[in-house]
Amino acid sequence: MRFDLLLGAIAFCAVAGVPFFIPWATVMLTIALGVGLAVLGVVVLLRAGQISFGHGLFYAAGAYTVAFLVQARLGLDTLLLLPAGALVATVIAIVFGFFAVRYRDIFFAMINLAVSMVAFSLLEKLYGITGGGDGLNVARPTLAGLKLGRVSFEFWMFYTTLAIVVVVALAVGRYLASPLGKGLEAIKSNETRLEYLGVSSGRILHIAYAVSACLAGLGGGVIAIVTGHVAPEFAYWVRSGEFVFIAILGGAGNVVGAFAGSIVYEIVRNYAAAFAADYWQTILGVSLIAIIMFAPQGLTQLRFGKRRTGA
Amino acid sequence: MIAKAAMAALSAAVLAITPASAVEKPKELVIGITTFLSGPASVFGVPGKNAADMLIADLNAKGGILGVPVRAIVIDEGAGANQLMSEYRRVVLNEGAQVMLASVSSANCLALSPVAEDLEVPNILWDCSSPRIFEDNKYKYSVRTQAHTGAEMLAAALYLVKNKPDFKTIAGVNQDYAAGRDQWGLFLTALKALKPDVQVVAELFPKFGAPDYSTEISRLQALKPDVVVNTSWGGDLDTFVQQAAARGFMTQSTFVMPLGESSLERLGDAMPAGVIIGGRGDHYFLHPKHLKDAAFQDFVKRYHDKTGAYPIYPVFHMAQAIAALQDAYAKAAKDNNGQWPSKDQLLAAFQKLKFHGLTSDVTIREDHQGLEDQLIGTTIRVPQYPFAILDNISIYPGALVTTPIGDKSAEWLSKIKPAMANDPSIETFAAAK
Amino acid sequence: MSLDIILLAMLDGLSYGAQVFLVAVGLSLIFGVLRVVNVAHGSFYAIGAYVAASMGIWIATAGWSPWLSYPAMLVAAILVGVVVGGLLEATLLRRIYGKEQVLQLLVTFAVFMILEDVQKVTWGVKPYFVNTPLSLLGTVNVLGINYSIYQLAVIPLVALCVLLGLRFILRYTRIGRIVTAVTEDREASMAMGVDSSRVYLFTFMAGAALAAFGGALASGSTSLVPGMGSGMIILSFAVAATAGLGQIEGAAVAALMIGLGRSIAVYLAPEFDVLMPYLIMFVVLLFKPQGLFSTLQTRKV
Repeated sequence: MRFDLLLGAIAFCAVAGVPFFIPWATVMLTIALGVGLAVLGVVVLLRAGQISFGHGLFYAAGAYTVAFLVQARLGLDTLLLLPAGALVATVIAIVFGFFAVRYRDIFFAMINLAVSMVAFSLLEKLYGITGGGDGLNVARPTLAGLKLGRVSFEFWMFYTTLAIVVVVALAVGRYLASPLGKGLEAIKSNETRLEYLGVSSGRILHIAYAVSACLAGLGGGVIAIVTGHVAPEFAYWVRSGEFVFIAILGGAGNVVGAFAGSIVYEIVRNYAAAFAADYWQTILGVSLIAIIMFAPQGLTQLRFGKRRTGA
Repeated sequence: MIAKAAMAALSAAVLAITPASAVEKPKELVIGITTFLSGPASVFGVPGKNAADMLIADLNAKGGILGVPVRAIVIDEGAGANQLMSEYRRVVLNEGAQVMLASVSSANCLALSPVAEDLEVPNILWDCSSPRIFEDNKYKYSVRTQAHTGAEMLAAALYLVKNKPDFKTIAGVNQDYAAGRDQWGLFLTALKALKPDVQVVAELFPKFGAPDYSTEISRLQALKPDVVVNTSWGGDLDTFVQQAAARGFMTQSTFVMPLGESSLERLGDAMPAGVIIGGRGDHYFLHPKHLKDAAFQDFVKRYHDKTGAYPIYPVFHMAQAIAALQDAYAKAAKDNNGQWPSKDQLLAAFQKLKFHGLTSDVTIREDHQGLEDQLIGTTIRVPQYPFAILDNISIYPGALVTTPIGDKSAEWLSKIKPAMANDPSIETFAAAK
Repeated sequence: MSLDIILLAMLDGLSYGAQVFLVAVGLSLIFGVLRVVNVAHGSFYAIGAYVAASMGIWIATAGWSPWLSYPAMLVAAILVGVVVGGLLEATLLRRIYGKEQVLQLLVTFAVFMILEDVQKVTWGVKPYFVNTPLSLLGTVNVLGINYSIYQLAVIPLVALCVLLGLRFILRYTRIGRIVTAVTEDREASMAMGVDSSRVYLFTFMAGAALAAFGGALASGSTSLVPGMGSGMIILSFAVAATAGLGQIEGAAVAALMIGLGRSIAVYLAPEFDVLMPYLIMFVVLLFKPQGLFSTLQTRKV
């Protein structure tokens, strides 16, 4: 935990300086942090050994909530829009969680996949409401009551997102260290024994599911505001797969890793798309295989020495 | 208060680092081009890029624009809207692009036009077709060097009622995305104004990129519509035509394919005769008015030699965008005593600019919308080509078919008069011999 | 809704379901034996289609009989199954059988991404269409509707042959019974001395060849475009999960359900055709978490 905090502090300082040194990367980094929030959601479930191949659903729920609220011209502020997106995602997860937490392993992945693909098809089909395959534009909202121009909005949106990330990372860190969080590890290692101890694994997983969806919804909201556009692809299975990919890249079960992973991912993707357009998927695919085969603890392990826990 | 002051100071600091735009003559003119290099729409994007490569090389061989060589940076639209927007920003802010050419997809144009305003960069909408861009918003920095869906659909509807006046029922099969829905909606609006008794028997929106239309084809065969309208393109149109033709459906009904020009060569034998085809403007490699035009002929030949295919409409659209860029710089420089123009002077030069791409001249209106002629024809098979070519070609002047300034396409199209189909400004030609 | 429409919807659904079944059954077979959910299965489908189309073009330019394009499909499928599938199993998957299921899934996801690029680089982004197989057989008229014989009869018949063939192999041949034994109880069959690596390799190649065969058949009637694999993999997931992973006959029933659901939607509520497969999968999984035909597995303490 101490080590993680130190790591986080170093990472924070490095990231926080970016807008001053590489201004054009500000938006890219904000996007990476937004995606990182969704990845953190996947990481929470990975603690319990459960993988959701449909977290794009909650990501899209957050993003579309923000888009609808902005289109309704209520004049809501960014600081209200983001929690609203997270809330809607959480509510969906609480309701759907009653079914989803009964499933484990590949079936958990499948039921999440099914429901996110239903959502994807609906977002694509309900043209009159969702804008269909083209999605919706999100006009720039106010930030803390201020109407900002592009440059200053991007600048402050970055720091707002960074602040949210820090608060969320600390909170999730505490949650994972709490009995509820430890219960997740117990589900992964031996659920039946946990049940024999009189602990409801369903309840523990349900809470984790809601927390995880909340994070994904928050991330989706950030992306909607920063990029000014939402699309059904947010709920597509490839997007959900990316979240899991980044979670593994950063080191499964690692809070800092979720954000480190998504920053690396975003940079690789941007540069690969710009300079090796035909091969960027190959680059990502090969690195994923390499991580799984040779560095199962993820990038954080590669960079900060061998700190093997178990395995 | 303190927060506000701090914010202002920081914003100023950030602004100070971003490079200021220079009005003195630059060493090179960097332009950014967004186009599809991947995904299904690369059937348009790649020909567009090939055309840009050729035309910019031609331009630089003649000394570039006002003596400044042009360098293009190509951005792939296929990576998704969010990725595209950050790349677009990067190319403007980091690579110093002074003019942007965006984009093939209407959705991307709708998303990028506000970004161009933000970045204060002149933005030429080179290929996208949504009429909503200038009808729902006013943009200072975006201009369109080609027509929009309203004009394209109206021309197709006029051609249909003029050449096949006796139909009663119609069905639409269109791709399920905004452009597909807009195209069908506007076509139907125009058609109902031209022929109020028309009866719509089916409106299908199969999934974008659907691999199979068998069920849709069965259902349409059961309904037996006189006319079937299909605005799809690329792999989707190819699949539909192949499957429909193999089942003898293409000869049962009259088919209208407003974007069909881009698939003719690829479809080869599968495309039967008698299908009504459009090319999003007056774009056709056998354009009857330009067949004797040496520059046109030379380009078509060189393009075919280089790529192994005849040019399709995005190639012509790219030529128009680059011609407009060149002419606007020339006009702006003339108004600026021969000096390199400022950004505002360049934007002013686009107003009422009349320029010549590869086919008929295009004029940009005060609302930044281009007036582009529309070419519609009917397929025939001739021995000279291994694919269908167009016969009975009608050319509709841009001024006739484009929604007037201040009107919205959907409203204006609902009020047009049937007599428009016989307007004397419409020219008709037989197939090129 | 008249009887005619029901019948037409059934014919369309049958053809579509047969197409999906061919791909899904390979996925199910691989899962049954290897316990790996193979995302790269969609790539086998796409590559099989591209290889078959290339062979079709080749046959046409060489001036050979167009009828050769039918056996060429089978050749393409076996080629892809043995070369691409075999290579993948032998070099990569073999090393990850000990890992968590989730990681195995991710490795195949990575392979899927790599193979997407391979397709783009090899075949470009232009749509491919080889309609010889479709046009050669002509059409048949049912209730006033022209159907292509290829789509209405050939594809469902081939699917039926594959289903019966698989049943026969699994029940009455030595290798088949070994595969069945591994599917039923892996540990026990290993204890009996089954050479697992050979069984795995064989099964994976067979599953990959089935996906490629599905693609090859599809290449006769649809355009081949980049990204075609990602749509198909998710559809065959839906079929395999609805049936219960590892269920061969179940996959046929689920594919028919999904095919019929979709075609009925096109006739009655065309706005919902793409939704149908996932909706069916979702509803089935809600009530039968392991799929329609799976027997309940006990969790081990």
